[in-house]
Amino acid sequence: MATPAKEMRAVYAETLVELGAKNKDIVLLEADLMKASGTGPFQAAYPERTFDVGVAEANMVGVAAGLSAEGKIPFAATFGCFATRRVFDQFFVSCAYARLNVKLVGTDPGVSAAFNGGTHMPFEDLALMRAVPGIAVLEPSDAASLRGLVAAAAERKGSVYMRLHRKAVPDLYPAGEKFEIGKAKLLREGKHVAIVALGSIMVNEALKAAELLAKEGIEASVVDALSVKPLDAELVLREARKCGAVVTAENHQASGGLGSAVAELLAETGAARLARIGVKDEFGEVGTQDYLQDRFGLRAANIAEAAKALAKA
Amino acid sequence: MTKEELAVLEAKAKEIRCKTIDAIGFLGVGHIGGALSIVELLALLYFKEMRVDPENPRWPGRDRLVLSKGHAGPALYSALAMKGFFPEEWLHSLNKGGTRLPSHCDRNLTPGIDMTTGSLGQGLSAACGIALANRLEGRDSFTFAIIGDGETNEGQNWEAALFAAHQKLGRLVAFTDYNKMQIDGRTEQVLDLGKLEEKWAAFGWESARVDGHDIAAIAAAVEAAKARAAKPDAKPTMIVLDTIKGKGAAFCEGSVGSHNMAFDYETAKKAIAELG
Repeated sequence: MATPAKEMRAVYAETLVELGAKNKDIVLLEADLMKASGTGPFQAAYPERTFDVGVAEANMVGVAAGLSAEGKIPFAATFGCFATRRVFDQFFVSCAYARLNVKLVGTDPGVSAAFNGGTHMPFEDLALMRAVPGIAVLEPSDAASLRGLVAAAAERKGSVYMRLHRKAVPDLYPAGEKFEIGKAKLLREGKHVAIVALGSIMVNEALKAAELLAKEGIEASVVDALSVKPLDAELVLREARKCGAVVTAENHQASGGLGSAVAELLAETGAARLARIGVKDEFGEVGTQDYLQDRFGLRAANIAEAAKALAKA
Repeated sequence: MTKEELAVLEAKAKEIRCKTIDAIGFLGVGHIGGALSIVELLALLYFKEMRVDPENPRWPGRDRLVLSKGHAGPALYSALAMKGFFPEEWLHSLNKGGTRLPSHCDRNLTPGIDMTTGSLGQGLSAACGIALANRLEGRDSFTFAIIGDGETNEGQNWEAALFAAHQKLGRLVAFTDYNKMQIDGRTEQVLDLGKLEEKWAAFGWESARVDGHDIAAIAAAVEAAKARAAKPDAKPTMIVLDTIKGKGAAFCEGSVGSHNMAFDYETAKKAIAELG
């Protein structure tokens, strides 16, 4: 499908405006990045339910917890680096441990932070958030999955961390497709290797990798993980057992996030051999997203190479 | 406040103090110092100022309390038990495996606890969120918050301070338990808070400083805050309470070591007997 004109952040804002019309408990928090998050339309529609706390992420998360304690459903966004490593304890204690209902959105995941560079490039947000008991950790891969997962997050009783790629990305699903927390989607069915990918960048690279592999007679399944926690163990295991080989692909450290979640599942079941594509224990740096994908080995070629080695092993 | 009313509240304070010494002494170790320094405040809040319903702890129309210095939980549990939120027998379950009364406050375990706290510096932000939600719902409820002086070192308090003033959270009334001691020593030695009430005023709060063991004085400051809150655009209020760590228990009063202290049940009983 063609790249849509609409940016993901616009879809995020639109979805919240729609949900907010039906549910007046939905409130929005920003920490002086409303322009970056693109949530101005929510503020325009519901100014009384919009709180820009200034450059004060810890307070934003604490205020969200308090709002949630009174039954509000706060969506709080900031860059993913700040949404996780900067406020980890605030989110851990005041939101998750308190069994509250805060939806924390981390924008600019991984290399999509591009020119903001290493300080702003979360390659570890999923690793951190996976360690928080009971929460859901999500990364939509296109506009439809973003809509679906934002709605699912609002419905869920419990805190959520969701990565949000702000820019326009290619559509993968038709409008109206249903999404659930904890459910992955099978985008392509193969029998030699299963590629389990996360987020727009890597799901699209995985689809390209499957094309490259097909030319060499290797049929790859492509699974869009969507939910790192809970992981869709059923779908991942089914594809893993069928293919006997799995490659994970994420815009994140290869350890701690999706790759580790899948590795744990496969190690415990002995279902398949595994290779992980992701950042190899390095910090981020400045550059275009294109440059950074090359720099950190987040390309279809990297996935295909790993898949080929596994499939032939 | 009438003399009779004051006498009742002072008796309640003594009872909270005795029950707190008893509960921590029964266990043998706990955060006795910072629990005993807020006893008069808790007596005033729960037996005069706060609108609560022990039969319906989550009643939307209630006033809320966020005990941000969550380690003082045992003092609050004593007040809640006396108020009838749960049986007084629970007090002896403090910190036992499976208890409903953990060392630090937990909104999911204890009836009457409005917010989970314990990681210092986070409670005032939560109190801001609660006050915002009450305003959105059109409730006239007050949100009270108690922070420690050592806790005031945490920068998040000052983020919340800016926010509460910016949002004009006039129904947020916070207290600092200024007992001048933190774990590693006197506050002026570890990290001097300077003119604390002036700092809050500079952050846009109404600010007062009173003797935290003088119930009538605290009451006057709270009543003044409530009166201001009736007007539009009222500021949040910080009432700095000059207190004494370990107040009322000779074995720990005024001692830096009382932050988290081991003492046996005999010591507790003796201290309670001395309170008369």
